[in-house]
Formats: sequence, structure tokens, C-alpha cells
Amino acid sequence: MPVRRKRIRESIGDRLLLAAIYTLLALVLLVVLYPLIYIVSSSFSSPQAVASGRVVLWPVEFSLRGYQVIFTNPQILTGYLNSLFYTVAGTALSVTLTIMLAYPLSRGTLFGRNTIMFLVTFTMLFSGGLIPTYMVVRSLGLIDTRWAMLLPQAVAVWQVIIARTFFQTTIPEELIEASQLDGCSDLQFLWSVVLPLSRPIIAVIALMYAVFQWNAYFDALIYLKSAELFPLQLVLRGILILNTTTSGSMEASAMIERQQMADLLKYALIVVASLPVLLVYPFVQRYFVKGMLIGAIKG
Amino acid sequence: MHGVQNRSLTSNAAVPPVQRRARLRAARTSLRRHWQLYLLMVLPLLYFVVFKYIPMTNIVMAFKEYNVVAGVWGSPWVGTKHFEAFFNNPQFWTLLKNTFYLSLYGLAVGFPVPIILALCLNEIRDGLFKRSVQLVTYAPYFISTVVMVSMILLLLAPRLGVVNQLLVALGQPPVNFLGRPDLFRTIYVWSDVWQYAGYSAIIYLAALAGVDPTLYEAARIDGASRWQKIVYIDIPGLMPAALIILILSLGNLMFVGFEKVFLLQNPLNLSTSEVIATYVYKVGLLNANFGFATAVGLFNSVINFVLLLSVNAIVRRWSGRGLW
Repeated sequence: MPVRRKRIRESIGDRLLLAAIYTLLALVLLVVLYPLIYIVSSSFSSPQAVASGRVVLWPVEFSLRGYQVIFTNPQILTGYLNSLFYTVAGTALSVTLTIMLAYPLSRGTLFGRNTIMFLVTFTMLFSGGLIPTYMVVRSLGLIDTRWAMLLPQAVAVWQVIIARTFFQTTIPEELIEASQLDGCSDLQFLWSVVLPLSRPIIAVIALMYAVFQWNAYFDALIYLKSAELFPLQLVLRGILILNTTTSGSMEASAMIERQQMADLLKYALIVVASLPVLLVYPFVQRYFVKGMLIGAIKG
Repeated sequence: MHGVQNRSLTSNAAVPPVQRRARLRAARTSLRRHWQLYLLMVLPLLYFVVFKYIPMTNIVMAFKEYNVVAGVWGSPWVGTKHFEAFFNNPQFWTLLKNTFYLSLYGLAVGFPVPIILALCLNEIRDGLFKRSVQLVTYAPYFISTVVMVSMILLLLAPRLGVVNQLLVALGQPPVNFLGRPDLFRTIYVWSDVWQYAGYSAIIYLAALAGVDPTLYEAARIDGASRWQKIVYIDIPGLMPAALIILILSLGNLMFVGFEKVFLLQNPLNLSTSEVIATYVYKVGLLNANFGFATAVGLFNSVINFVLLLSVNAIVRRWSGRGLW
């Protein structure tokens, strides 16, 4: 079939359109890719090359100075470790809670499930807002604790919808009935049948929560005060956007050097902060696409 | 079977006594059969009560003069004082305008671009080129807001930024991009497109993949051109998905991404970059003016909610489908 299709001669108009499309896509590819390459290349260049703007596409005067500075900076290391903790703990908590809610709501025989689902989705449409939520977190005594990074955003409605849709469409009703005849309880069924069958969707949800946690900074900004609890993104904000210097007193020569280092450091930091996500990204890309599509069925 | 029965029962607003008894019985049966499932839901539902619904009750602060000692419920009522203060605030119209323009501009660009991208991707053959374009355009989605904003600051920097170096090389004067209020919205919107267009195109690609292949067969037999195929088959094919996304974005019009606006703000571009969300943060958390900030936030949420309901109603009437 495909062979025959190719033989059909396309009109000039069709070929022109196709050429235009290829050109457009090539342009898009270039526009998206260039900033990424530029930043990676800058991060591997020498401080002088970056400070004088000589990097165009590839690294100039290859050096690892930026990375050396980063990996000896205690603030960044603490941030990195904190972010790792928040990501792992937050993802585990979020995935567990999401399944605990989504699975019961996927069962057709559960009384009241539509009411509960409505109350859950309603929070997507209307929310108390920043200050009222802050007041609750404060009255629970979570301000400036690690819990503030894990609890207030623990369950995302969107992920509940995705998981519920998946359970509804992939766990056949007959399987549930058969297991009940065999005397299998709901919990046993969830644990030994549903969860093993749902590995792909659990992976998708875990990945989405993990990326969200790794990239989050707003909750840290409003709830955390002690620097030793800061996630990487908040540390980055200080260095990258507010330009705060990391150590207090310095000698004049060190000041000049630091000035030169400042931009290089930023490029290297951007790479280091995005690395974990971008490294796993090509491998999990298809899962993400899948998750988005499952959500789209319902959405 | 039970599920069907339950659904038809819950949807009845006024329940006659006989049905109410049947409903109660259904509830009891379900509770006995599925007590483990109900138990499972307790913790996640507690989360929604504590972090979503209790904050909603805290909205009463918008009508109170909050003081720490008395707490939310003990503080004295002040009626609509905060709202009046906000409406009479000289900043009110600026905030409203900034929020609205930024969202509208974002929508006008951010809505069609992924559709065009998906249509283009759909036209080309599967192969290395197509896969590379997809891999590369999805990638920026995973970059955090903080990193995204630092990239913007670095690339658009007044002296060393790559864009300004290009301008100088072309004989143009350099531009202080982030210091110019008139450029703020453009920077915000187009960097968003750069970051999200590829990812948003996925939904449309899926919609296009779901188009009935016999339509294409018929079009080919009728001698339709590529362009006609796009206009008469592809675009109608992704319309349902596009409509839903349009409703959702219009319904979120008043909620611009606080995180990115806040990070891109500086004293020079504040006249166009101060939106309601950043204002609430500053007044509420930095100046601890809780009651007033809650009122402003509530104003924003209500406008948004009304917007969502009306857009949904309009689309429903017009095309027969909506969110609900």
C-alpha cells in the first residue's frame, strides 16, 4: 500500500505546501534548539570567553570552571540534596494518595462516587486563593518545615482524573466479579491485581509529580524561611535572578574574578539544575505522551 | 448494574420518599460491600478538606478586619470595606488591564501555535526529522520556571545577551528588553510559546491520529489537494479538542502564571508586569494585609469562575458540547 501511494504524482501546489511545511518545521527546530545549545556551550567555556560574549554556538576555550565552583558551593549542594528529598518523598506520597482516591472512584458500584468526584474536580474550578491557603498551612504549624513542601500540593486533581480513567478503561468488570466470587476483598484485589496491571500509568503519574516537585519554587518561597530547607529552585532564584552573592566578605581580586565568573556560573547552574529531568526525558517521553493522552480522553 | 442505578438516583434533585428509601438502602449496601474502599479514600479526602475546602471558608476574611489574636472567626466584620478600597485604589484599573491583556495576548498566540505545529507535523512522513522535531520541541516543557526566566534574562541581557549581540552585529542599537514596559508582554508570551507549544501539540496530534482513515481515502479518490485535506478533514478533526482547550484557557484568563510574571518583574517594567496575582502576594504576604489581599484574590477568582461558566454556556449553545 505505501509503495503505491508514493507513485501517485503530487501536484505542484501540494509539493510547494510540503516544502513550506518542512521549512517551517526546520525553523521551529532551530529556534527551540539554539538557546539550549547556546547555554550548554557557554557553561563549558572559559569565564573570559563568556564575559566578553565570544560564545556563538560551540564552547570557546573549553573549561569546567563553572562546574567546579558549583560543586564546591555548600548552598547549592544543600539545595540539590533538599530537592532530591522533596522529589522522592513528595512523589511517593502523592502517588500513594492519588491511587487511594482514584481507584475507589473508578468502581461503578461505589455509592456516592459521583458526588465525591464532583467535590474533587470543583477544587480545580474554584479555590480559596493564596492567603486563605497560607492561613491554613500556618495554623497547622507547617510554616518553615519540610512538610510545607510535601502536603499543600500533595494531590493534583488532574492526576486523579488520569488514574481513574485508566482504571475504568483497563480493569474489566468481569475480573472484579470473578475475584469477588473467589472471596477476594477490595484491598486484596487492588494490591494483587490492579496495581500490577497499572504499572504504566503509575510510572506516568510518578514522573509528572516528580517533575512538578523538582521544578517547584513557589511553595518554598512563601512557606520556607530557613536556608537549610530551601530546594534547589529557590537557591537558583537567589543566584540567577536576584544576583545575590553567595558568600559575605571577599578580597578585591576575588571580587573581580567573581564578577567574571558570575555569568559562567549561571549557565553552568542552568545545566546542572535541568540535567536530572532532561537526562531521563528522552527515555520517558513516550510515557508522558501516553499520560497526556489518557487525560485527554476525559478532559 | 448498581452503578447505573446509583447514577440515575443521584442525579435526581428532588427525591420522592420511596426513592429516598431506595437510595439509603443502596448507600448501606455499598458501605457494607466496599468499606475498605471508603477507608482508602479517607486520607486523600482529608487532604481536599484541609487544603482546599477549609481555605474556601477562610474567604470570610475578605469581609473582616483580620487580627492575629482574634483569628479568622473572631475578627470583626467590616462588610465590603476591602472591596471598596480595592475598587477605589488608583492601581485597580492598571492591575485589571495588565492581567487581562497579558492573558488575552497569551491566548491569542498560545492557542493557535500548537494547532499549526500539530497540523504541520501531521503532514510529514514518520522519520528521523519528525522525531527530532518532536523530541526537541517537547523538551522545554520540563525546564523549571526559575531556569526559564534566568535563560530569558541571560539571552536578552542588555550587553552580553546573544540577542543584543546579534542586533549590534546588524548595526542596530542594543535594546534593554526587560527594562521596557512595552516589551514585557511580548517577552512573556513568546517565551511561553517557546516552552509549551511542542507539548501542547501532543493533544492535537492525538486528535489527528484518531481521524477516520476512510475520510482521507475518499479525499484522495476525489483528487483533493493537500491544502484541501487540511482544511476540510484535519481542522474539523481537531475541533473538539481545540474547543475544550479554548474553554479551559478562557476560564483561566484571570489566572496568569504568577511564578513567571513574578520572576520577570523588575522596577522598570512594573507598569505592565504587575498583575492581580503578584499584587495579592505583595500586599498579603509581604505587607501582611490579609483581609485586603483575600478580598482581591476573591475578586479574581469570582471573575474567573463567572468567565468559565459563561464561556462554557456559550460554547455549549453554539456547538452542542462543553465541559459539562
